[in-house]
Amino acid sequence: MASTTGKPVIEHANPLARTLLEKLDYDQLTNCMRCGFCLPACPTFHETGMEPASPRGRIAMMKAAVDGLMVPDQQFQDQMNLCLGCRACEPSCPADVKYGQLIEQTKEAIEEHATHSLPIKVIRKTVFKNLFPKRGSLKLLGGSLAVYQKSGLQKVVQSTGVMKLFPKQLSEMEAILPSASSKGVVERLGTFYPAKGEAIAKVAMFRGCIMDVMFADTNVNTVELLSAAGFDVYIPESQVCCGALHAHSGEMNGARELAAVNIDIFKQLDVDYIVSNAGGCGALLVEYDHLMQDNKKYSESAKWFASRVIDVSTLIVEKGRVPKFAQKESSPHAEKIKVTYQDSCHLRNVMKGSSAPRKLMKEIVNAEYVEMAQSDRCCGSAGIYNVVQPEMAGSILEHKMEHANNTQASYMLTSNPGCLLQMKLGIEKHKPDQTMKAMHIVDFLHDRMILSE
Amino acid sequence: MLNEAVVRQLREIVGGKFFRTDQEALITHSYDGTPMLQALPDAVIYPESTEQVSEIMKIANSNLIPIVTRGSGSNLCGGTVPLQGGIVMVMHRMNKIIEVDMENLTAIVQPGVITGQFITHVEGLGLFYPPDPSSMKISTIGGNIAECSGGLRGLKYGTTKDYVLGLTAVLANGSIIRTGGKLTKDVAGYDLTKLLVGSEGTLAVITEAILKLIPQPKTKKTMVAMYKDIYGAARTVSKIIKNQIIPATLEILDNPTIRVVDDFAKIGLPLDMAAILIIEQDGEPEMVERDIEKIQLICKEEQADRIDVAADREEAEKLLTARRSAFTALARLRPTTILEDATVPRSKIAEMILRTNAIAQKYNVNIATFGHAGDGNLHPTATTDARDHEEVHRVEEAFAEIFEAAIELGGTITGEHGVGVVKAPYLEWKVGEAGVEVMKGIKGAFDPLNILNPSKIFAKETKKRVVVQHG
Ligand SMILES: Cc1cc2nc3c(=O)[nH]c(=O)nc-3n(C[C@H](O)[C@H](O)[C@H](O)COP(=O)(O)OP(=O)(O)OC[C@H]3O[C@@H](n4cnc5c(N)ncnc54)[C@H](O)[C@@H]3O)c2cc1C
Ligand code: SF4
Ligand code: SF4
Repeated sequence: MASTTGKPVIEHANPLARTLLEKLDYDQLTNCMRCGFCLPACPTFHETGMEPASPRGRIAMMKAAVDGLMVPDQQFQDQMNLCLGCRACEPSCPADVKYGQLIEQTKEAIEEHATHSLPIKVIRKTVFKNLFPKRGSLKLLGGSLAVYQKSGLQKVVQSTGVMKLFPKQLSEMEAILPSASSKGVVERLGTFYPAKGEAIAKVAMFRGCIMDVMFADTNVNTVELLSAAGFDVYIPESQVCCGALHAHSGEMNGARELAAVNIDIFKQLDVDYIVSNAGGCGALLVEYDHLMQDNKKYSESAKWFASRVIDVSTLIVEKGRVPKFAQKESSPHAEKIKVTYQDSCHLRNVMKGSSAPRKLMKEIVNAEYVEMAQSDRCCGSAGIYNVVQPEMAGSILEHKMEHANNTQASYMLTSNPGCLLQMKLGIEKHKPDQTMKAMHIVDFLHDRMILSE
Repeated sequence: MLNEAVVRQLREIVGGKFFRTDQEALITHSYDGTPMLQALPDAVIYPESTEQVSEIMKIANSNLIPIVTRGSGSNLCGGTVPLQGGIVMVMHRMNKIIEVDMENLTAIVQPGVITGQFITHVEGLGLFYPPDPSSMKISTIGGNIAECSGGLRGLKYGTTKDYVLGLTAVLANGSIIRTGGKLTKDVAGYDLTKLLVGSEGTLAVITEAILKLIPQPKTKKTMVAMYKDIYGAARTVSKIIKNQIIPATLEILDNPTIRVVDDFAKIGLPLDMAAILIIEQDGEPEMVERDIEKIQLICKEEQADRIDVAADREEAEKLLTARRSAFTALARLRPTTILEDATVPRSKIAEMILRTNAIAQKYNVNIATFGHAGDGNLHPTATTDARDHEEVHRVEEAFAEIFEAAIELGGTITGEHGVGVVKAPYLEWKVGEAGVEVMKGIKGAFDPLNILNPSKIFAKETKKRVVVQHG
């Protein structure tokens, strides 16, 4: 067997290379045996057909940067940023390489050396240090967004075409944003909502930050659905943002600070499960143990926390009393209304929750569940990916909508706010007849729940 | 380094986007599925037609630039590592299924088609393409042809070479040749088709293939037999075939594999078993029933401890879990997994496994063996850590002795993974000095300037036999 050959080793003169050396888990880099089994799962490889845009390619570059075979230049950084973080590569890996951790570590290193332009710096600071961690500011934003939307200002803005000045992707997004609300789930339901009938278990709801402003109804519906399925639901008021957007953007310390607050708060409640209704949040929550593993004070309680996190659909199917659901509107034709589903990557690949939503949809009387081709492939939303990588996100979405069209479904259900918005955008842009409607699975089921009393 | 004129010409052929010399492209084409092997090319090129490949080869030939053709880089013999630099030519863009001819039962495909996708496609038409390497979800038809890949169905249906009827290929000097055709009978001259199958990218670049398809078998039945005595398992294999039953699949897992698999998949395998056989038969329903019954009888005669026959598809899937998870379970054990590929006549399987286990013990390394019992193609798999040089050295020594044992038992150094660079030092053990000379002569006829995948198949030196020279 030959040994490693190659060009002379480059000294780690490059500061980013040094940080990568410090941050990247070399065990994981070594675990990758370069078999390539992850390639077919990867959307960016699928779109480009180029090895550098594949998980195996990215891992090879990380390793090359650490081994001093490659200078982590701008192209390296661009390639890492092109990764959606959908983690479809992980379940297909025979060697169980923790790709998600590797890309997070890489992005953290890149972030430490990033020289953002001044406006971006200001935005990042506002978003990561002030907006998300502080509920008050988010609510305020939600409130003003609501005012903006309700006052008719939105219409004025839309009609004047001011949004055209913004990047295309942003202005398209603006059109499909749901109505924001300054009243979140706690303001509407309080901090405790009892089970209907005998309580099976005591659960705490993770309400999320964006969810609670942009999709407050979904949060309320989640609680009611959980109650109907037999759970006592607590909604701790002082919980904070999960930290996922921070983590995906390389702001690991910000994410850890938020995690510590959440762990303390939920631990006090001593619940059986911590329920999430957003795949993106849930995936970070379920990995709090990994996030906090180096923190002596929190590592144990982080394990407690992580082991309890579960998606709302999975909890209902696996532990609850599944309520009865029936399709309310009848189809104009004799056939049943068709429903299809786009997986949330993080729910599927990290929380392993792809079967429960499907089971629930199949329970609905008088509706037909149709599987969409490649429903397991990322929709291109991926946090703020569609804003920062509009080109790749656009072509991924276009392919997705071809498959959506083929299902001929009336409803496209999702399990994550980002995916939901992306599906709305996709329908607006690519679905010619626009009769399809995108909805959060919780809202859809809640609307069709038949209460037995 | 490539000179500027060459770079300009190559760029003109494929367009700037598909000729790359940037760091990123070079790093990500410096490796394949082979552990502990890496070397940087000078450039990477993505052609989209036979004509483009021909143009590229003309330039490479007149400038003495090595060309390494690459499918998905999933091979395990270092076949696509550009050991002498040069250009890696990636075939991904040539990925069309050009035609499926229902009258002649043939298909014409480009080399970059992913094997698994091709199989799904023809199955959708009610046809069957049997070669099924475990890597088929990722590997390409071109790579399969160049390595003559085989899979679980090899025993009954043969391997890639049995399904290639004709090829379009580009020679080192850029000439385009066409071999074979949609013909079952063709004896016009030397059989260049067969010669190119298994040529590992050293003779020509394959740019199109005519493949043979067969009708899909009607049914399939799966069973598992477990043995405390490995010879019982081995005798079962021989006896099944002696009884003129050729199962579609006949796989074996040895005890170290059983332990690892059970630890990973928690499927309750009995850990005191010396071997498990996994057997599938397909074909006409009555024949399948009859064969499976006979096989069960043979298993009982050979003292199988437990025999399970799947009642339906779902149960069959469960029985196959052990085989399917073997590689995954081993890959998760330690950071570096070395999946090898020694083959012996099927009558020697038990002996080969026992000798492998003894060799592993002697060198104090972890080696588990599983593989295709029906055709004697075993995969002794070592789990180690590339960073532990001393241990890796012991693994290498152990493998040399394992290949030696295989040859001694009348086998070969590779049944399906190819020679590449990893097995090159052992080739002469198998084919002898004269054999190597003939092969070198063929190489010279196809590629006189040695630009196609240099440093592969032929090693500078043959490795000394570990033990004394045997017959
Ligand atoms: C986990 C795992 C399991 C595997 N299981 C099996 C198995 O069951 N059976 C088996 O046989 N193999 C197996 N392999 C090995 C490997 O997948 C096969 O050798 C496969 O055929 C390689 O295909 P590829 O497209 O990746 O080719 P590559 O690895 O890219 O190339 C392989 C060789 O083919 C040459 N080549 C590629 N395309 C062309 C072309 N168009 N013209 C000329 N030469 C070309 C290359 O130069 C190289 O020498 C396995 C590998 C892995 C990682
Ligand atoms: S599947 Fe896993 S081991 Fe294989 S190349 Fe991808 S990350 Fe590496
Ligand atoms: S996370 Fe998604 S986009 Fe990134 S490498 Fe893995 S599969 Fe590809």
